[in-house]
Amino acid sequence: MNDLHSLIQIKGLRDGLLVSLNDAPWAEQQSALLTQMDQQPSFFQGARLALDVGSQILHVNEMVDLRDQLSERNVLLWAVLSESPTTEQTAQLLGLATRISKPRPEETRFASSGLSDETALFINKTLRSGTRVEFPGHVVVLGDVNPGAEIVAVGSIIIWGRLRGAVHAGSNGDGSAKVCALDFAPMQLRVAKEAMNLNEDKEPASPRMAFIRDERLVIESWKPS
Amino acid sequence: MTAQVVTISSGKGGVGKTTAVANIAFALAASGSKVVCIDGDIGLRNLDVVMGLENRIVYDIVDVIEGRCKLRQAMIRDKHLPELYLIPAAQTRDKNAVSPSDMKRVCDEIRPEADFVLIDSPAGIERGFRNAIAPADRVLVITNPEVSAVRDADRVIGILEAEEKHSPALIINRLNPDLVKQHDMLSAEDVLDLLGIKLIGIVPEDESVIVGSNRGVPVSQDPKSRAGQAFRNIAHRLKGEEVPFLDLDKQAGLWDRIQKMAGRR
Ligand SMILES: Nc1ncnc2c1ncn2[C@@H]1O[C@H](COP(=O)(O)OP(=O)(O)O)[C@@H](O)[C@H]1O
Ligand SMILES: [Mg+2]
Repeated sequence: MNDLHSLIQIKGLRDGLLVSLNDAPWAEQQSALLTQMDQQPSFFQGARLALDVGSQILHVNEMVDLRDQLSERNVLLWAVLSESPTTEQTAQLLGLATRISKPRPEETRFASSGLSDETALFINKTLRSGTRVEFPGHVVVLGDVNPGAEIVAVGSIIIWGRLRGAVHAGSNGDGSAKVCALDFAPMQLRVAKEAMNLNEDKEPASPRMAFIRDERLVIESWKPS
Repeated sequence: MTAQVVTISSGKGGVGKTTAVANIAFALAASGSKVVCIDGDIGLRNLDVVMGLENRIVYDIVDVIEGRCKLRQAMIRDKHLPELYLIPAAQTRDKNAVSPSDMKRVCDEIRPEADFVLIDSPAGIERGFRNAIAPADRVLVITNPEVSAVRDADRVIGILEAEEKHSPALIINRLNPDLVKQHDMLSAEDVLDLLGIKLIGIVPEDESVIVGSNRGVPVSQDPKSRAGQAFRNIAHRLKGEEVPFLDLDKQAGLWDRIQKMAGRR
């Protein structure tokens, strides 16, 4: 094995390949991966690829470029695993998975919450159908959450706009988490382990908040102050 | 000349992408623009049928990409409009025969010689869709006033935004004012409200569209057709002209509001 190859680790998964990169500069990593594919086209062609990029911070243009380069080699990039929230968000925006069925050991890192108030993800746009945002803290959206979009947060979820998608606050079981929205009409609502179906909810658009009181999920009007 | 490359996409199949490409192309060419259409639906070609050019095909886009013919040889000229061309899709190949950079290369070759390149995108958000949007300067997202079509349009808009493509514009196709009045169909307002992008046209449900497609003469050629008028208006708006939206429903009020909403953002 030469240097090139030691940059990259490849494992077979039940439904494709898992390629793990290390922390070398991104351009080097990408070209090493593509070179390796071009040397063994028959091994890679038609493969479904999950990519573990470690702590690399990738933006949309870099991920799109890699995905298109892979696609030209007939390789489908379907998941990007990363320790960086920026990279995860990029992947989610592009509709890529950020988890594969076998949980990574790192995931348990977030298991015990002990959240500080600073751990919040701000999303300054509308989340459209097919977007899934998962965050080990609070999530604040300045925009709408459309039907078909989903937010899973270990902490609370605040929507400064219309909530029409699916939300799960306190996803690790934190019963003090809340969901608030200026126009509250989620398709699916969960706080910790309590779920509620809002199909019958005919309340007019208004700011409301969901939280757990006496082990039951309740919705009350929300007066942001 | 440097052509504007416009791709029409939807996510969901059967909402009117091919119909819209053919109609807008005819309207643009009839008003003096030089237009090249590309059928991006490799393996399921049908733009040639709707444009009435199916029996003139010799070469297709895969022949161009793989170097079996010159670009010119694959450009089929329309029977009546000398400034309208079609580059057909390959029928016997699959979408993997084309890559995003192939599409960019073909469009770059056409750009200096045309005013508009219109690309018909396949359904879905996979490879064929990527190919169709890769060279686009502008994307028109088309939907029907139905929950599932709107959901798919939303997904496509999300992908276009993530890829930082110039913000897409919306065509609402097959609107039926009677059904909207009976609350059996989403209104144009409902659709716009959810998708929150700029509106470029509302096309009514009109059976002359289907008749026109079957005869290979798109309805934008028929001065009396309401749908034809709507497609001609889209063509004008693509050229940067201000055209008021059609009053499909004679009630005032609603349409005033839509005119306003179309101008927002
Ligand atoms: N405005 C309309 N009124 C009536 N029928 C329409 C209209 N637009 C499209 N259609 C019909 O809908 C069907 C699907 O349209 P098509 O353009 O092939 O969709 P797509 O390319 O998105 O799959 C065709 O039979 C077409 O004639
Ligand atoms: Mg079609």
